[in-house]
Amino acid sequence: MATQRKGGTLDKNNKYDRQLRLWGDHGQSSLETARVCLINASATGTEILKNLILPGIGSFTILDGNKVQGEDVGNNFFLMADSIGKSRAQVTTELLSELNEDVSGDFLEENVDDLLQKNPAFFTSFTTVIATQLPERTLLNLGKVLWSVNIPLLVCRCYGFIGYLRVVIKEHTIIESHPDNFHEDLRLDYPFKGLKDFCDSLNLEAMDKKDHSHTPWLVLLYKYLQVWEEQHGGKMPKNFKEKNAFKELIRQGVRKNEHGVPEDEENFDEAIKSVNSSLHSTAIPSEIKSLFEDPACLKLNSESKNFWIMVRALKEFTETDGNGFLPLRGSIPDMTADSERYIQLQTVYREQAELDSVAVAGHVHALLHNIGRDEPLNPHTVRDSQEGSISDSEIKTFCRNSAFLTVLRTRSLEEEYSAETANTEELGRHVMMEEEEDASDEGDDTVLYILLRAVDRFFTEYTRYPGYFNNTVEADIPKLKACLTKLIHDWGLTAGIKDDYIQEMCRYGASELHTVSAFMGGVAAQEVIKLVTGQFVPINNTFIYNGQRQTSTTIKL
Amino acid sequence: METEWPGRWDHLQKIVERGGPFAHPDFDPSPEILSFLKETCKILVIGAGGLGCELLKDLAFMGFSDIHVIDMDTIDVSNLNRQFLFRAKDVGKAKADCAAAFINARVPGCRVTPHYAKIQDFDESFYRDFHIVVCGLDSIIARRWINGMLISLLRYEDGELDQTSLIPMVDGGTEGFKGNARVILPSLTACVECTLGFYPPQINFPLCTIAHTPRLPEHCIEFVRILLWPKEEPFGAGVSIDGDDPKHIQWILEKSQERANEYNISGITYRLTQGVVKRIMPAVASTNAVIAAACATEVFKIATSCCLSLNNYMNFNDTNGVYTYTFEAERLEDCLACSNKPQAMNFSEADKLQDVLTYLQENSTLQMKTPGITTSVGGKNKTLYMQTVKSIEAKTRENLKLSLKELGLEDGQELYVADVTTPNTLTFQLRLATTMDNS
Repeated sequence: MATQRKGGTLDKNNKYDRQLRLWGDHGQSSLETARVCLINASATGTEILKNLILPGIGSFTILDGNKVQGEDVGNNFFLMADSIGKSRAQVTTELLSELNEDVSGDFLEENVDDLLQKNPAFFTSFTTVIATQLPERTLLNLGKVLWSVNIPLLVCRCYGFIGYLRVVIKEHTIIESHPDNFHEDLRLDYPFKGLKDFCDSLNLEAMDKKDHSHTPWLVLLYKYLQVWEEQHGGKMPKNFKEKNAFKELIRQGVRKNEHGVPEDEENFDEAIKSVNSSLHSTAIPSEIKSLFEDPACLKLNSESKNFWIMVRALKEFTETDGNGFLPLRGSIPDMTADSERYIQLQTVYREQAELDSVAVAGHVHALLHNIGRDEPLNPHTVRDSQEGSISDSEIKTFCRNSAFLTVLRTRSLEEEYSAETANTEELGRHVMMEEEEDASDEGDDTVLYILLRAVDRFFTEYTRYPGYFNNTVEADIPKLKACLTKLIHDWGLTAGIKDDYIQEMCRYGASELHTVSAFMGGVAAQEVIKLVTGQFVPINNTFIYNGQRQTSTTIKL
Repeated sequence: METEWPGRWDHLQKIVERGGPFAHPDFDPSPEILSFLKETCKILVIGAGGLGCELLKDLAFMGFSDIHVIDMDTIDVSNLNRQFLFRAKDVGKAKADCAAAFINARVPGCRVTPHYAKIQDFDESFYRDFHIVVCGLDSIIARRWINGMLISLLRYEDGELDQTSLIPMVDGGTEGFKGNARVILPSLTACVECTLGFYPPQINFPLCTIAHTPRLPEHCIEFVRILLWPKEEPFGAGVSIDGDDPKHIQWILEKSQERANEYNISGITYRLTQGVVKRIMPAVASTNAVIAAACATEVFKIATSCCLSLNNYMNFNDTNGVYTYTFEAERLEDCLACSNKPQAMNFSEADKLQDVLTYLQENSTLQMKTPGITTSVGGKNKTLYMQTVKSIEAKTRENLKLSLKELGLEDGQELYVADVTTPNTLTFQLRLATTMDNS
């Protein structure tokens, strides 16, 4: 039975059923203990929060020093006509809180710049900080404060039909990345003892018709690989031609009736179909190998995250007990078989996985001992994420996912914004592309990022956005173009961007369209959920949405 | 309630009252566009669930004021993690009514008209009144039906399409972290039937696996659901399974557990049991927000011409990073629904009516559910097979075993097929090959 979670007046198992099927009870627990801060309750900001409050984030705090304007009520669902003139932080907090009684909401009506000066520690009390519609200078200050303590910052903005999202995090580690596509971990090329014993105990020739046609295809592949390897100097079928020949070898094994006609044996069909996907060679993925060489893995200390201690244990396992392989995942796909032998086969894999995970746990405990973390910590000292011991179930989950471990380290805002460290190589590529004639048909939206940066430069210079007022739209076009030219020049690039884009930016005039905010509200909220649950893989590091063409681009800046 | 205030439409006005180089060629920026949205444009939203709630909010804030919404469902506790117009006190009420009331109270000047009904309860005269139809459905059958309805509204004069009869359809769909949004201009761009291959047919476990060789916990649950429940009728004769009744799920859970123990299968839980019994799709607020927003943006573009529409399909997935893929789905040249071409069916005289039925259900471009087949003999309608009415099914069941020749069908004869996937009866021309086979 799933754990009981009661809250408010409803059974949380029921209320959250549809999402618990995606991130599990443990993901939900992480979500329910997360504290997020939203800076500026713009339409984009409240749409993000809405998609965090509905699934049950622990708490939210809105920081906003603005009073509600008429135009805010025109695009923000969490404001009403009678809110005009009131504190935007307060009204949105009240209306957002109605969404979910299990979530506690709070607000602070204060200017962000002032607070960054007076009390930067305010920002470091959250699990994640979300900033919308902030000017460049404020953003960079905020980025610095959060970067130093490794608290994730999401920057989101909507501008006309453009959506922008930046994830800033020094280091984020993911055990459960939930890949959509992956190879099964079957070890047919290096069968372990349990698998060998089980397969060798079965004799295909001696089976009656029913058993023969209900022998799992995994066993069939094992048996015919032995035949093949005997004929081919111990080598597995590698290329297309050999794999076809191997399939033919399996096909010859299908039983024939008294007239010499092959019987209908579904397990053989499945075996032939599985040849291509199941005969890949077992190896440690290069991404995992590079984690083994990461300084965080090589130089453990008493402050090391559990993740890195387990990576180190994994590395040691592969170098010793594992014989160069990761721990066995321990699951097999469903296949035509009688219940008994399928379950036996499944148990064989499970038991080996269990043995591997116990071996990894041995390394973990030794490592904890070495860095002085094996004693239970003084219960009175409060430590953040890296508590003393590591539980067996944590290690099991880690082993099961060891081929999919992911570490995300984005660049800082400082690196992105400083002309010396900006990713001019990438930006230059796109400026060039836009120069070409029919570039607007190409599928890349990085140019929109460059335009947003130009708009910010315009704001710094004129303290208003280009085209914000109806009577300056035309006049702002050459001014924005000048800002853009300077920006591109500062990056050391030469080419320009088509005037059409500049004109379109002036048309937008900093308008925040509700549907663009709603789109980005969904995208940004899910990135927050990824960060607080430690499941699924966030973007690295900038996502640009083009609402005109319904396309998007992710780029490392 | 105050319906206008200074600044209310500032954001939208910049887009519709200023020209731009990327706008639709027909775009003529003016304040009249906003008036059109607020006073004239009539939008139909189908579904008031995960996508529907978002769509209503999004459209209301994009200036649309005359919106109708159809939904046949009532509110369940498990909706509350994303269907944000509903509260715990609303459980059991009609989704359409609650959603409309919420939007009308929150957004001054917006009039959402709810219809607590099925889409099939309305006829052409109802659908003809809308400028654009937006769908937020979880049912492929309903999508196909409304697609067929919008196509049947098209009028032609001397073979030329009467543009005023064309109602664009914007369609969204989500499952977990995946979703898609598309724009359909009936008879001009790919329709739902053109791209039926995008919806893989539902895969069921083979009955023999369930009955004889269970290997997964799901097999055990399906055994109880399909075989044991009708046999034991644990809650009385004729009481079918209610996936929302905890007593029913608990009974299935216990029996599934017994069966799993018998075969040493592990992993039966309450959540899994309910998931299998109700065929639950995972769902989360964020994906619905994204897809509904993309759809509403497209509705706005179509209604205002402020920029070019999506042409014509976008896929979204944010499991690993955030990924979108936008492409032009192609029309199927001989599409059953939108090609306006007569459909042919090739069979031989010896084929049985059952073969025709199976073809209608299993052909990947047809995928019908419960097709009924009639024909015309000597100017009179003759029902060959119909399963939706029990008494007629019993009377026509024997026909399935008869060959087409025995049924007196001839080459070139027209067969009329009705199905839940379309509001229209489809006409097929039977092409019969004679056969030397005497069997």
